Amino acid sequence: MTTTNKRGFAQEVWDFFCSLKLSIFLLIGLALVSIIGTVIQQGPQREYLATLSETKIRLYSALGFFDMYHSWWFILLLYLLTLNLICCSIKRLPRVWKVVSEPVLVMDDSFEKSLANVKDLKLKGSKEELKERMASFLRSEFAAPVITESNGEYHLFAQKSPWCRLGVYVVHLSIIVIFIGALIGSFFGYKAYTNIPEGGGVSQVQTQSGKMIPLGFEVRCEKFSVAYYDTGAPKEFKSILTVLENGQPVPGFQSRPIIVNDPLTYKGITFYQSSFGQADEGSLYHITVRDRKGGAPVKLNARQGERVALPGGAFLSVMEATMDVRPFMRGFDGPGAQVEFTPAGGNPQPFVILSDKYESFNAQHGGDLLITFDGMDQKFYTGLQVAHDPGVWVVWFGCFLMVVGICMAFFMSHKRVWARVTDSGVTLGGSASKNPAGFEICFDDLVEKIGKA
Amino acid sequence: MSSSMLFNATMVIYMVSTCIFFAFLASRSKAVGLAGTYAALVGFLIQTAAIGLRWKESYDMGHGHAPLSNLFESVVFFAWTIVMIFLIIDFKYKYRAIGFFVMPFALFGMAWAQLSLDSNIEPLVPALQSNWLTYHVVTCFLGYAAFAVACGISIMYLIRESMEKGGGNVQAGGLLSMFPSIRILDDLNYKAIMIGFPLLSLGIITGAAWANYAWGTYWSWDPKETWSLIVWFVYAAFLHARITRGWVGRRAAILSVIGFAATIFCYLGVNLFLSGLHSYGK
Repeated sequence: MTTTNKRGFAQEVWDFFCSLKLSIFLLIGLALVSIIGTVIQQGPQREYLATLSETKIRLYSALGFFDMYHSWWFILLLYLLTLNLICCSIKRLPRVWKVVSEPVLVMDDSFEKSLANVKDLKLKGSKEELKERMASFLRSEFAAPVITESNGEYHLFAQKSPWCRLGVYVVHLSIIVIFIGALIGSFFGYKAYTNIPEGGGVSQVQTQSGKMIPLGFEVRCEKFSVAYYDTGAPKEFKSILTVLENGQPVPGFQSRPIIVNDPLTYKGITFYQSSFGQADEGSLYHITVRDRKGGAPVKLNARQGERVALPGGAFLSVMEATMDVRPFMRGFDGPGAQVEFTPAGGNPQPFVILSDKYESFNAQHGGDLLITFDGMDQKFYTGLQVAHDPGVWVVWFGCFLMVVGICMAFFMSHKRVWARVTDSGVTLGGSASKNPAGFEICFDDLVEKIGKA
Repeated sequence: MSSSMLFNATMVIYMVSTCIFFAFLASRSKAVGLAGTYAALVGFLIQTAAIGLRWKESYDMGHGHAPLSNLFESVVFFAWTIVMIFLIIDFKYKYRAIGFFVMPFALFGMAWAQLSLDSNIEPLVPALQSNWLTYHVVTCFLGYAAFAVACGISIMYLIRESMEKGGGNVQAGGLLSMFPSIRILDDLNYKAIMIGFPLLSLGIITGAAWANYAWGTYWSWDPKETWSLIVWFVYAAFLHARITRGWVGRRAAILSVIGFAATIFCYLGVNLFLSGLHSYGK
């Protein structure tokens, strides 16, 4: 009693996971819940959170809505779908495999009745002659037949593309392969980000979760440049990168340009052009100092924040600078710098200096010295996305399988033709796994050709 | 002659084609139905020339890219693919009444693009400078177009089915008499989705491949990606419904309409209401 109940329960669970209704439910369910994550910001910014009420934030966090596609219940739905398609395949595949691997070779009366296309043909000749004729006919017009002798009759069987029946299972397998690829990527790969100033280099990168990962080599940014169209829209973001091992440039990876849509890969780690910005650190400022009482002008270079000694014992440091002051100072243009000037034995004085075009403006400060700002060598940093994903080829293989499987399942048909040869003639039967109307035309065509042959 | 003039001509001809298809439903004359199909074909050829000319114009301006880069160009291309898929199904199965339910999608697309979208040819921003752009856009839109045709057919199915249930005598006459039978509509719906589903799958795969090549992530749950997956789920459910008892016919037709609504949201809604990677250069 109990054993049958147990078996009954196991059977019920099995049937539940094999059911197509579950597939439909899961597919529609996944479609519906996926909407949530497109409406609620994922990995929310502070500004977005500020628009939500306290209760909402607590509710959304508890339900995992802020990282919905990695929440336990979404992953569970994906696992259920995987389990469902595995069970469905296990249940149905053996039956389909039997049709493919052990075809019905003999068309008997009851089987003949189950076929949609059947035609009796009265043909002259002995059954041996007819058998040979039909065999060569099928070989040239359809496919090579298998000949069986049974009850004094010859049975010929020929088929085309039987394996296309497996297309559905190839698609199911492809989904599992893609999931495996994704899992490999999430366990053994990482996504990271790094900023490198021009002339600088990095040998480790920071992942999204904040972990530092050593690269095992160094990447140096030689140069970064932006080009614009006449319309003002960006045309190209380009970094020139060099890979170094033990401080030595790697041949073939020296001064390699990378742009958006054309990354650099070294030892399985790929660097993608992602963003850029102005690097304060490293910019070189050019200043000219002249004594008001006369004398040759002195040209000086300074880095940001660096205290530079001026003639006469004063010091100067550049706090920040721009190549174009128009946005900051009405009525002025050209380069400008915010500086801190410390006269010999005096207190620091902050002020702005401009180019030599504005001599009277510059003359307001600096004591005995006339200081002008000549400009600067602007430095950028390049923002690189860094990715290492050993699972990606598994994913592509899965995608390839999916396309092949879908084409097999949708666009190909398993066509079968039987011929029963007796002394009085030939009975031809046929069936196809898809597109019955199309096969009927193909079958009628065969029948017509036999008549003429 | 500019591409813009040809696009205007296309719009007018699609409108003419839609009117002829309506006249076909009313007159039940086979010749009128054929005229509707030929009008659609002429419009399609003019639009093909217009897209080719716009491509050439972009080279003349020194930009040189396929006309698939902004909202105007994508809407025009969408209309073109809809008419193409419709003509394939029309020439193969010759159920002309479908034209009245499909051509309006193409007409609406052309009218919207011509009347209210910015049709300037702009150079490509760095993110779009890739051959993947063409593969990705062409496969996606061919898929979308097949779903549009399936949606038109499903609407016919739902109309015809509810009229039959209401006891209306379909054979006696009226507009419905030119509709294919519901069994055939159900089958055509399935056939259109069989064209669309592989193309959508390819569109998602090429998008993933491009994203991986450009950013190093083949899937990042960006709203556009997620919505394309939602559309894929809906049509996958549709395909499984076909082999499940009780889900053929009416429910399949409703799923097909929902699928197309999701497709349109994926295409336009995501850009209008949500934020993400696909901004059409805006």
